[in-house]
Amino acid sequence: MNLDGVTNGIVLDHIQAGKGWDIYNLLGLEKVDCTVAIIQRVSSTKYGRKDIIKVDGDVDIDLDVLGYFDTNITVNRIKDRELLKKVHLKLPETLTGVIQCRNPRCITSVEQEIVHQFKLADPENKKYRCVYCDTVYKEKK
Amino acid sequence: MSELRHLINITDLSVEEIAHLIDVADDIIEHPEAYQDICAHKKLATLFFEPSTRTRLSFTAAMMELGGNVLGFDQAASSSTAKGESVSDTIIMASCYADIIAMRHPKEGAPFVAAKHSSVPVINAGDGGHFHPTQTLTDLMTIHRKRGELGNLTIGLCGDLKFGRTVHSLIEAMIRYDNVRFIMISPEELDLPSYNKETLDAKGIEWKEVRSLEEAMPELDVLYMTRVQKERFFNEEDYIRLKDSFILRRNMLETAKEDMIVMHPLPRVNEISLDVDEDPRAAYFFQALMGKYIRMALILFMLGIR
Repeated sequence: MNLDGVTNGIVLDHIQAGKGWDIYNLLGLEKVDCTVAIIQRVSSTKYGRKDIIKVDGDVDIDLDVLGYFDTNITVNRIKDRELLKKVHLKLPETLTGVIQCRNPRCITSVEQEIVHQFKLADPENKKYRCVYCDTVYKEKK
Repeated sequence: MSELRHLINITDLSVEEIAHLIDVADDIIEHPEAYQDICAHKKLATLFFEPSTRTRLSFTAAMMELGGNVLGFDQAASSSTAKGESVSDTIIMASCYADIIAMRHPKEGAPFVAAKHSSVPVINAGDGGHFHPTQTLTDLMTIHRKRGELGNLTIGLCGDLKFGRTVHSLIEAMIRYDNVRFIMISPEELDLPSYNKETLDAKGIEWKEVRSLEEAMPELDVLYMTRVQKERFFNEEDYIRLKDSFILRRNMLETAKEDMIVMHPLPRVNEISLDVDEDPRAAYFFQALMGKYIRMALILFMLGIR
């Protein structure tokens, strides 16, 4: 892994090749006031190819959102150009305001102000249930 | 009781708490005079955003027999919801006027939203096809009074198992008792949802699916009939095709056990023939009566009185 160029910040490693921009958008990195670099299709011994995102600044990354998106991503926290901490992601127990319930019978379908919330029901199959109506979330194909 | 309690799902109550409610309901049946003024000056708000006869009437009767008062509405059109008010605002307003709220709503999860915003206990009186815990308490009370125990039973669930919220709640309640097995009797299109099946499998509960009532009948201790609910279908063609899938007639009870009971959350449309009413195993009107007593016990419990 390459930490070059980051003094204090984070390096998101092992992003699935081609998904770097998705992660950038998911984390709202376009709004941060520091240097952000996306490196795409880097050679990886583990995955063949991967993307990397480097953020040189003190940003608050939502690890739950990241974990839901891809548990293979590793989060490296850098301080004074040294690796301070390496975090391996896991599926979050709850997801708040990340995905939307699509059950037309759910209260969230008619009340726009309610924040959509899901609970992890089956970690093996990455199954999340709406806390309001218990419907399993299905990703759009 | 210091902590504010809500009843959204039947599993919000422990087995011990349910046993307590049944004990209190038994005592109310034995000594109604001891309870006739116990809720004097207390108010129950019945907020029914969709029509209901039995549930609303039984809540109303329950509070009146406890000496309390009832206020509320019985359809969304007569509430501020018609003007676009949110559930949370309605509940905050209602908790200013009442000591306890019973709420029915067509959208699933609405009582959960209500509970988050209420300063008084909220009882889910049915949310779409999701949960209906007070019907389940009614069912448990009925089984207790008729069978003498809540374990060691084979329960047949018949009709609309997909949208039937009473069925979902009953399953969640009964799997906490020993030696309970289920036979699901429904057309394929109205099968039990996968999450209920997953729960049964995860708990190691014995269950099977059959496509005819006759096949299941001899094994049953409880036959729980349900209506195919028109209001749960987006497509009327599907409703018409499935509504007469299972009709219980008295001659079909010939192979049933003598002490089996036939239950139904009511209203029935045509899924139980009128001639079944004459059979001593018909327990559905008795069930409606039990609904009042167990709701009386529940109101006392939620208000911290008993």
